[in-house]
Amino acid sequence: MAKDDNGAEDVTAPDSPGEELAPVAASTAVVTRDSLVNPGFPPHRPRVTDLDHKEERKAERAVYTLFYVSIVGSVFAIAAYMAFPIVPEDPGSVRLNNLFIGLGLSLALLAIGIGAVHWGKALMSDHEGVDERHPVRGTEPVRARAVEIFQQANEESGFGRRTLIRNSLIGALVVFPLPAVVLFRGLGPMDQNPVELLHETMWKKGVRLTMDPSGTPIKASDVTLGSSFHVIPEGLSEMEHGRLEEKAKAAVLLIRMDPADLVESDERKTWSYQGIVAYSKICTHVGCPVALYEQHTHHLLCPCHQSQFDVENHCKVIFGPAKRALPQLPIAVDAEGYLIAQSDFTEPVGPSFWERA
Amino acid sequence: MTTINTRESAEDQTVGTKKAGGFTATAANYIDERTSISGAVKELGRKIFPDHWSFLLGEVALYSFVIILLSGSFLTFFFQASMAEVVYDGSYAPLKGVPMSVAMSSTMDISFDIRGGLLMRQVHHWAALLFVAAIGLHMLRIYFTGAFRKPRELNWVIGFILFILAMAEGFTGYSLPDDLLSGNGLRIIDGLVKGIPVIGTWTSFLLFGGEFPGTDIVGRLYSLHILLLPAIIVALIAMHLLFVVVHKHTQYPAAGRTNQNVVGYPVLPVYAAKAGGFFFIVFGVVMLIASLFTINPIWNYGPYDPSPVSAGTQPDWYIGFADGAMRLIPPGWEFVWLNHTYSLNIVVVLAVVGLFIVTVMVYPFIEAWITGDKREHHVLDRPRNAPTRTAIGAAGVTFYASLWAAASSDIMATHFHLTMEGVIHTLQATTLLGPILAFFIAKRVCLALQKKDREIVLHGYESGRIVRLPGGEFVEVHQPVDEYERWKLVSYSDFKPLMLRPNAQGKIGPAEKVRAGLSRWFFEDRITPITQTELSHAHGDHPAAITDQEHQSEITDK
Amino acid sequence: MTTIKTPRTRRPRKTGRRHPLASIALIAVGLLFTGGAYAAFSTSTAVATTDSSSQQTIAEGEKLFAANCATCHGLSAQGSAEGPSLIGVGAASVDFQVGTGRMPMQMQGPQAQKKPVQFTPEQITALAAYVASLAPGPAIPAAELLDAAAGDAANGAELFRINCAMCHNVAGAGGALTEGKFAPAIENVSAQHIYEAMITGPQNMPVFNDMNITPEDKRDIITYLKYVEDNPSPGGLALGSLGPVAEGLFIWIFGLGAIVALTVWITAKSN
Repeated sequence: MAKDDNGAEDVTAPDSPGEELAPVAASTAVVTRDSLVNPGFPPHRPRVTDLDHKEERKAERAVYTLFYVSIVGSVFAIAAYMAFPIVPEDPGSVRLNNLFIGLGLSLALLAIGIGAVHWGKALMSDHEGVDERHPVRGTEPVRARAVEIFQQANEESGFGRRTLIRNSLIGALVVFPLPAVVLFRGLGPMDQNPVELLHETMWKKGVRLTMDPSGTPIKASDVTLGSSFHVIPEGLSEMEHGRLEEKAKAAVLLIRMDPADLVESDERKTWSYQGIVAYSKICTHVGCPVALYEQHTHHLLCPCHQSQFDVENHCKVIFGPAKRALPQLPIAVDAEGYLIAQSDFTEPVGPSFWERA
Repeated sequence: MTTINTRESAEDQTVGTKKAGGFTATAANYIDERTSISGAVKELGRKIFPDHWSFLLGEVALYSFVIILLSGSFLTFFFQASMAEVVYDGSYAPLKGVPMSVAMSSTMDISFDIRGGLLMRQVHHWAALLFVAAIGLHMLRIYFTGAFRKPRELNWVIGFILFILAMAEGFTGYSLPDDLLSGNGLRIIDGLVKGIPVIGTWTSFLLFGGEFPGTDIVGRLYSLHILLLPAIIVALIAMHLLFVVVHKHTQYPAAGRTNQNVVGYPVLPVYAAKAGGFFFIVFGVVMLIASLFTINPIWNYGPYDPSPVSAGTQPDWYIGFADGAMRLIPPGWEFVWLNHTYSLNIVVVLAVVGLFIVTVMVYPFIEAWITGDKREHHVLDRPRNAPTRTAIGAAGVTFYASLWAAASSDIMATHFHLTMEGVIHTLQATTLLGPILAFFIAKRVCLALQKKDREIVLHGYESGRIVRLPGGEFVEVHQPVDEYERWKLVSYSDFKPLMLRPNAQGKIGPAEKVRAGLSRWFFEDRITPITQTELSHAHGDHPAAITDQEHQSEITDK
Repeated sequence: MTTIKTPRTRRPRKTGRRHPLASIALIAVGLLFTGGAYAAFSTSTAVATTDSSSQQTIAEGEKLFAANCATCHGLSAQGSAEGPSLIGVGAASVDFQVGTGRMPMQMQGPQAQKKPVQFTPEQITALAAYVASLAPGPAIPAAELLDAAAGDAANGAELFRINCAMCHNVAGAGGALTEGKFAPAIENVSAQHIYEAMITGPQNMPVFNDMNITPEDKRDIITYLKYVEDNPSPGGLALGSLGPVAEGLFIWIFGLGAIVALTVWITAKSN
């Protein structure tokens, strides 16, 4: 390796920072004979506490006072524990409890710490010591012996010679963790397929749009101009199991705009009702709820990564890292005037996934 | 200041211990006869540790971890990692009667029904933030002083893995209370994982035990958080410290310090007093912060529900750079090909963040390959004396900082009255251009500082005293540096760019060409250390003569 | 090229700006509306309603409107390129916009900013009465709907998280919207203004009508917000309730900052 290096011909100057513990390649390093010489340690400067006995006494007093202060802090913390109980329904009592136990403990800890450091700095000997360094690598005889041991072990076991044994062992060792991979399949339910689940939500034809969290159905006439309703499918709020999982896919934002402001494609003309539109609330980027609706600009903003969607244009992305428009829920009105879904979403809601397309 | 002194005081101490009498001696004897501990005391008791404030940053991380272990153990006695649904009936009125998971409810109880419980929660969380921050600052110190060079490359890697594990610990812990903030954090993780090509959908499905959010994730993260990750961290910390003992600590260049010695205070008593005291100081500072400042007020966030979200939903600071990277992706980075969805808005983030992390991790090996330097280095570089390395570091810091800042784009927009779009576009630009700019600025600053050092060594400090010479000329008197100060300025490693030479077969391989190119990039601008000849020359010389000389050396070295 | 509008400049009055019958019709509508509102809100807002119903108040309001608002909103509140029509926005909207100092606007910007209030309560009442007299719209809420003590904080908190927190933050600390707009912090906003904001949807905020969030639910939301205001964070100072960003900055600057300062002390040579 050193053959192509520049500095090999130079000689190491004594005491230069680059001087070697063990002679190895310095490669492109420049090591000159002419470098300055380390002047050695500067003379020791004594401290005030070394020279003045009064100062020493003062430092001593400071240290033990700090340790006593620490005891006071600990006792204070215990007293605070008893003096500031938590009163149910009173967050102010929690605040006091937290504050005073904390202050007592802080005092106890800081006083020990500052006392110990002050002791070390002002009173313990401040003469620096010097340790010699040795190369990290083992000494030659030790290394030789290590090699010898390995060789002997190889000889005695036949590890290098009996290749069939060795290779079959390596094979076995490689294969044996594989069952663990299979075991991890059990992390998810065996009878479910995520790809199928991601393609469907609770919405289906005739399911009423209801308010989150009460589950009250919504009449078209309730949704006045400029309103936004946070919507869940009918029946979700009463679910015993899987409520959050369904909600994580089915949450919808209901908005009423002036129909003149809506630019609708032909196939989706029937998906809205008198300017009322329903869009999935789950961001197509990584799934945060997109619910920051601006009444006048008709922009929807995701607070997590700032993707912006234009409600006027089928919630197309106008800014931010998301790519796909928010899926639209086709809605209609039933005989009683309540808003209902015409069908499920026509595409998977939420973040993209490999099998989505 | 010498070994002799140390030995003397050591002898004093042994004598002192003997005098202290019966019990200590008997106990020490009892233990030694069963553990042979005296050997360890002999080896380690007077081991020398150099003293510098920046050498304590790793200790801050270590102590934060101890604080986390202590407060965390307390929390495990009360926390229940279950996502079964209960109706909250604790002391906090605005959540009474609200259905939530047992995890959230037990965290509420820790906060509002157990005296000192909130304090321990806040100690735990603040210490966690401090833990990762201290590791970060510690790594910056190691990097900019070149402490990762041989023989410490592997310890850099261990430390780096610890940094990653600390972030993993932080994120798993952040997710445990199952509140609205952490739930939305997990939602983002779910979305990220789903965006990974081929395996994403199934990985998310297995991770969450079914569909998001499921009822398993908190329990799974809990076992990672309190069992698996801490165990690995403890083991790696042990290795990390063992290597510090084996290598002995590095030291800054100063008079009397060489590559063969280590100068500082012995473990017993000074270092033990300082380091031991420092643990209590760090603990005290964390305790003080925890008693005065709220962290993660889950009672405001409420239980997780996939429908609501809070403005200002962010991860804890150390995940911020990844979150920021996600925000900086421009619209439309996703396509469908052969009936599969390629989410570049996620894949690119993972790739860039991953590449950045791996580059940082393997940096010591890259630099070692370029310099070809096989020597051990125990004396640290002052950052200015390794201009290219420092400049690369500055570029990396700028890149990281841009991503990090992007994670708070919305907060910056509201607090500085900017548009969110403007903030994002600016940060997109600084992410790409900032590192380049930072590289050049940092490199020039380093070179300028090196020149200033030369100037000082050769001509002394400007004293500000103007003297009029008999001939009428005004000159400023320069104060010479003493030889101890001078040594700090002149002792550093110097490298030349690699010259390409054919190998034994008379060929120049492509790898060598790359290496030569990188070497030129690293070392073509260099200020050589002052030599004895230069110094003796300079005495009484005019500054102008030196500037010429410098230029000369620069030009010839190219 | 928007020039900065000074709302206080008085435009020369044009004669015949309104059909004489129009005022009578408007007054009739206004009387009808305020009468209805009076009946609906019973005695608790007696003072306000008697004031706003009087012809004198409306006339006073009309004068103030012409002097301070007409530049942008038009002399008969019909709106212009600079400001929207105010016909039908109701007394609640005027009370909110003027009562929080957002109106009159100092300059055109992404959105109107909260400022020191420029009118006395009587003047605001008069302005509100005038605008309410133009066409029916949301009225100033009755006092019992603003009584934080009567509400249910837990219900309010849940509704707040679902309907409000995504813009205003769970602790009401505010948040960013698109293109420089923002949802303001709602700490220390009066119950009346909170209620009015919900029913009128100022700026880009959506409207939350009484079918979406019932008057009792609105009161519960106010109860929750007042609960958060009256009970400072149990954990200590709240760092602006901004969440992890504030916490991260704090630990880096003050936490690690303090500790680094201490490391310098620990390793400095004792003198």
